[in-house]
This record gives sequence, C-alpha cells and structure tokens, in this order.
Amino acid sequence: MADVILDIPIAAPAKPAATFRNLVHNPGVVFGATVILIVLLMALLAPWLGTIDPTAINPIARNKVPGAEFSLRTDTGERIKMIALFGTDGLGRDVYSRVVYGARISLLVGVSVALISVACGLFIGLLAGFFRILDAIIMRIMDGLMAIPAILLAIAMVSLFRSSVLTVIIAITVPQIPGVVRLVRSIVLSVREEPYVEAAVTLGTSTPKLLWRHVFPNTIAPMIVQGTFICAAAILVEAILSFLGIGVPPEVPTWGNIMAEGRQVFSLFPHNIIYPGVFLAMTILAVNVLGDGMRDTLDPKMAKRV
Amino acid sequence: MAGPVLEIANLSVAIRGSGDRPHAVRGINMTVGANEIVCVVGESGSGKSVTAHAVMGLLPKNAMQVETGSIRLQGEELTTKSDAELRAIRGTRMAMVFQEPMTALNPVERVGDQIGEVLEVHTDLDPTERRKRVLEIMRAVHLPDPEQMIDAYPHQLSGGQRQRIMIAAALVLDPALLIADEPTTALDVTTQAQILKLVRELQGRKKTGVLFITHDFGVVSEIAERVVVMRLGSIVEQGSCEEVLRNPREDYTKMLLAAVPSMTPPMRSPVSGAVVLQTEKLFKTYGRRSLFQPKARIVNAVSDVSLTVRRGETLGIVGESGSGKSTVARCVARLVEPTSGAVRIDNVDIASIREAKFRSMRRRVQFVFQDPYRSLNPRRTVGEAIIEGPMNFGLGRKEALQRARDLMAVVQLSPDALDRYPHQFSGGQRQRICIARALAMEPELLIGDEPVSALDVSVQDQVLKLLDEVRRKFDLAVLFITHDLRVAAQVCDRIAVMQRGVIVEQGTTTEVFAAPRHEYTKALFEAAPGRHRDFARKAAGR
Repeated sequence: MADVILDIPIAAPAKPAATFRNLVHNPGVVFGATVILIVLLMALLAPWLGTIDPTAINPIARNKVPGAEFSLRTDTGERIKMIALFGTDGLGRDVYSRVVYGARISLLVGVSVALISVACGLFIGLLAGFFRILDAIIMRIMDGLMAIPAILLAIAMVSLFRSSVLTVIIAITVPQIPGVVRLVRSIVLSVREEPYVEAAVTLGTSTPKLLWRHVFPNTIAPMIVQGTFICAAAILVEAILSFLGIGVPPEVPTWGNIMAEGRQVFSLFPHNIIYPGVFLAMTILAVNVLGDGMRDTLDPKMAKRV
Repeated sequence: MAGPVLEIANLSVAIRGSGDRPHAVRGINMTVGANEIVCVVGESGSGKSVTAHAVMGLLPKNAMQVETGSIRLQGEELTTKSDAELRAIRGTRMAMVFQEPMTALNPVERVGDQIGEVLEVHTDLDPTERRKRVLEIMRAVHLPDPEQMIDAYPHQLSGGQRQRIMIAAALVLDPALLIADEPTTALDVTTQAQILKLVRELQGRKKTGVLFITHDFGVVSEIAERVVVMRLGSIVEQGSCEEVLRNPREDYTKMLLAAVPSMTPPMRSPVSGAVVLQTEKLFKTYGRRSLFQPKARIVNAVSDVSLTVRRGETLGIVGESGSGKSTVARCVARLVEPTSGAVRIDNVDIASIREAKFRSMRRRVQFVFQDPYRSLNPRRTVGEAIIEGPMNFGLGRKEALQRARDLMAVVQLSPDALDRYPHQFSGGQRQRICIARALAMEPELLIGDEPVSALDVSVQDQVLKLLDEVRRKFDLAVLFITHDLRVAAQVCDRIAVMQRGVIVEQGTTTEVFAAPRHEYTKALFEAAPGRHRDFARKAAGR
C-alpha cells in the first residue's frame, strides 16, 4: 500500500463567511443597506410614527406649509391640534403621513418586481441557454419585448386592466424579464462549456439535475446584483406611472401619487413634490449603491481589478 | 562590455497580504552574460516568472515588491529606478517575450504597427524609415512574405508566426537582454523546434543575453548554455547545461530529471483481451452547406478514423493541436455527435442510438479531462462529486459513499478528503480525484484527454503511474490522448498518430518509436526537444 500523500495546505476559510466579511467591509453595501433598512422600518412601523390616516381628507386644512398647525377631527368627534411636518396637500391630507405610508407601496412594488422578474428570467434563461431549439424561439420573443419601450408597455398593460397594485407590479415586471433572460442565457452558455459540466454529462446526470446542481449556482451572485438594480428601476417606474395617473389608484398613498397631486400647485406649495421626491431619490440611490457594492464583492472579475 | 549583461544579487521579492509564503523569491543570485542563454527551470510556484517580472519592473504593484537585493543591467541598478526611467529601458535595452502569443498581441492592430510601436516610442524615426526597419526585422525572424504580412492582423497568422512577431517586436531595437517566459509552451512541438532555433540564431547575431524560462527539460537541453534550477522561490542548483543535466548535485534536481519520461518505450507484451471500443470510419465535420449558406466553410475535424481498444490495453492518440485527437475522444464519450460512422462499445453502436437511451450506457465510458482546476464543480465537495455518478445509476447514498472511501485509498488520498472542497487541493491531487470519480462508475473504457499536460513533471509522473496501476487493477481499456511523445512512450501499448483529422500511422509503441514510417511521424520525432537525451537515466547515474 502506497503511503497517503495528502498535503492539504492551510485549510482555506469557508467561502460564505469570507464573502459576507467582504460585503460588510464595502462602504457602498453598508450605506445602501443602512438607508434601505431605515426606509423598510419606516414602512413597517408607519402607524406608530406619529402618522394619521393618510387618506383622511380635511377640507379646512388644505395646502398648509410644512410646520403649520392644523386641527383634525378624530373618529370619536373630538378636535385635536396637529403639526403638519411636511405640510398638507390640496385635499388637506397630511403629507408626512402619506410619505411614510407611501414607502410601503414603493418597497412592495420594488421587491416583488425584482423577485418575480428574476425568478421568471432565471427559468426562461436556463431553458434558452441549455436547449438549442428553444433558444431561437425564446430569444426572438425577448427581442420583440425589448423593442417596446418599457414605460409604454407598462402603460398599455395598466390601461388594459383595472388599475391596482398587482396590475402595476405585473406591468413593470414584464419589460424587465428580457434583460434577466439575456444575462442568465449568457452565463449558461459559458458554464455549459466547463469541463465539470461535461464531466456530469459523462456521469449520466439527467438534464434537470445538471441544470440545478452545476449550472444554476453560477447564476446566484449575478442574479442578486441584477435584482437590486431591477428593484431600483421598479420603484422609479412605479413613481412615474403613478405620477402620470395610470399607476396605483390616486387615493392610495404612493410617492408618485403624492407628487402627481402636488403638480398643479407646485410653484406655490413645492413641499408636495419635494418631500416624496427626496425619499424616492434617496431610496433609489441606496438600492443602486448597494447593487454596485455587491457586484464589486461578488463578481471575481471586478474584484481582481481593484 | 566586459561584465555580465544581467546580474541579480541577493534578490528577495515579498508577497503582500496573506499568501502561502511571505516571499515569492528569496535571496537569489544569478548572472546572464552577453551572448549567453541561461535557462531558469522550475515547477509551478518556483518563482521563475516572478524573477523575470522583477527584472522587467513588471511586478504587480499591489501584490509584490522587491524587498532586498539588486538587479543590474549592464552594471546599472534597476531596483531604484522610477517608472519613467524603467519605461525608457524596456524595449531598448531589455525586452520580454510572453508565453501566450494569442493574448500578448492586440487583436485589432496590424502586426506591423505593433512592432513599429516600439520604434515610435523609443526613436524619432519617421514612418517610412520605421516601416523599413519593421520589414527588416520581420525578415530576420523568417516570416514569409513580410511585405504582405506587415499589414495582417494577429488572427490571420498561425501561433508560430505570432510568436515570431512577438520576438521581432522584442528584438527590433537590439536589446542587450531578452527575457523569454515559456515562449514555446503554448506551441506545437514542430513549431517549438523552429522557434527555439530562431532564438538561438538571433541571439548569436547580436550577442544578446537571453534569460529563458521554462519547465521543460527537453527545451533546456536544446537551448541552454547554463541552467538555474529553482524551487519555492530559491535557487536549488546552477551550473553549465551539461553539468546539471548529466551530474546533478542536488536531490531535487535528480528527482526532477528522473521524472522526465524516457523517449524509449519499455518492452510490453501484446494485449489480447476482448475488444471494448471499436470505431469504424468515424467522421466529424463542422459547418454545413445549406440553402442559405451555399458557401459555408466545412471542416473535417475527424475523417475516416477506425481504431480498436482491448480490455487491459492503452491506446495512445498522438498529434498536434487541431489534429482531431480530442474530437475522437469526445465522439467516443458522445460529448459531441459524430457525423457518420460507428462507435461500438461492447458491440453496441452508440453513435446512432438516441441520447436518452445512451444515458444508461454512460457508466461504461468515463472521461478524465485535461484541466484539473475546471473539471470539478468548485461548489460541491469531493465526496459529492464522486458519488454523483453512482447515485445516478441507482446506488444508495451510503453504498456510494463507501465506494468513494475505498477509491480514495486506490488513488492514494486520505478518506477525509471527501468532505473538502476542490480548491483545497493541488492540481495533481485534483486529477486523482477526477480519476476516482471516473472509477466510481466501474467503467470499461477510460478516456484521458491530455490528463497530465497541465501538471508539473514530478506530479505528472505520479499520476501516470496511478493511471497505469488502475488500468491493471481494474483491467480497463484506456484511450489516452496526448501531444507529448515522452508520455506516450511510457504509458501506451499501441499508438495512433493523427494529423488533420486522419490517422496517418498506427502500430505498437515500440514499432512506431523504433521506426516511424510516415513523414509526419518522423517530423514529430525530429522536433521533440531533447530527443537524444534520456534524462532519467543520467539522473540515476547509470
């Protein structure tokens, strides 16, 4: 019996822990994650943040400037004094409350669009990348989808169905799918040439197992990164659709709806646009910076260039 | 100039951050005289390339740094020079040729301009004079038809021609020192022989000092005047070529030389087991003329290949890149579909049956790939990799793991390797794992597609011995693809030589090596570096 010749060098650190440490050390990731966490907490804790019913109309307190005092009738009939932190809009609704509640819709739309489009894109992309016959058909459909401007497609879809949060989510998701499909397909095309995939073929591994075990894990990191970018884009598109009056119904508080509401009186009462605008911009910036930071740490090619 | 062209004294290069060792190179001394070729030999990780890059001032800035010692070019200290001063010296007084001629040239610039760039940066010649000089140097490196080729793009040239362009660009200003970092490793043997001849010729013409980095003792014996043997960042031994190759002093050098396979095949008795693999008139063509592409290019990657492999026998397919040897192997494993012809495994023709039906036969044919770093999924443990195949064929997890543990002993790895990930192993260890993975399927035919060409000589030797052992132990038929005649001589019972998709010669290894019949086979043997030497025998002192 020949002697055992296993000279494993210093045991390399477990990979997930190392990646996590790199993520925590990236300033973009830390900044983005912090801001998103704050917005998320704000959305979840909305009722306890000194807000009132964001849809309550109060005709006597219309267009109050930020910091002004106004009185409000509660359900029990008493009148209480409130300070309108961000002012009130043309129907006397409290802009602060609307902005805080609006974060719920924005995040809901952003996260669902990201999850759904990545899931669909992954599935379609894996099929397109691995099966040559499907590839031509799928990619031509995707090319067709890409030829239509995303906003236009979303407008068309929303006007076809009743406007609701679900319609908006679907309308924003569909135009995002082709981008994900293309990315996944390109990863699959390069990974399927790897010897370890060919080795699995010679081991008689069935195609679904092959895709799941050997191809799919390679797409996880790029999908996380792509997902954050889609999330940011979705939040923005939702705001645009709402602003154009074709998104979520106008009584639902969303950042786009608040801005749309304040458009006519912008020169007199800019607070209707400025406050939701700042929240929208900060959130999108944070998501994008987070995505950039994650790409730098997760993509080995980018990391090498540092 | 009386002194040496290059003088390296007590040079240490530190690796920043956490490496497996603090120094890439530690305390090395060497010189290169004018009109002298010094070969630096070593296995991967020996620090030979780092030495070359340190001389050129091309160490990666964030990762490595010259710590102590001096590098003198014609008596002038280089380590204290600024980037700008080094830039002025590179190209004029020292130049470098890289390993990969495909990537070292800019694909979107004409080759003439790439040589001319050196002149443009370092001289004030006008464009017409520059073109004249470029043509001159292109003639000197024996490029055919320089007037035409000067305006070609890199992709229009062969690998050997590209390497000639690289050499021309390096030598156009007649530097005192030429550093060649594995310049022939990516080339075929016949091209390698020509490039080596060219380096010798040009070096003699202008009395250039050459620092030649290689891992191949065959190349060393062809070109070196002096040899420096490196290991783990230190110099093990240096001396004249004859001295080191004939009477090595150090054990490490002796071990390296002993690991170089001999060109003389050992006596082997003919194998008469049952025929496991038989291919008949196998063709594989790429490209197809159709209604839309009536003039599409058609490439015959494999044409009319008929061969048989018996149980317990190793058939080697030898050839240069593009000869179709890998395609044959891939057709047999059905990683590509053959265009026509039959591939019979145990008398079942697998070329024509459907993929789904063939899956049940996959067990019988197993493959060991060339690149051990890419043939294991980095995200799965070694154990999972080995049991994947048997479990596909219905073996339970417990039984499969037991088989994997038994196989670890066969490939001489410790059983706890099963719980580790591929990146924790060296190249040789990974290739052992790949062999274990193939054996776990209990195959009848084992295909090795250049299984040792990515490995260092000493490791290569061990893996070849292992392959031979498992062939005997499991009575396997082995199809062994290689470009290395030395390796083929040692492991193959019979040899098929391929050129441009066709088998030009087939016979027992001893016959083919003793008296090659075909012109191409003769040319291959002629080009094999160091063919007259038997390194192992010298090292053993016989």
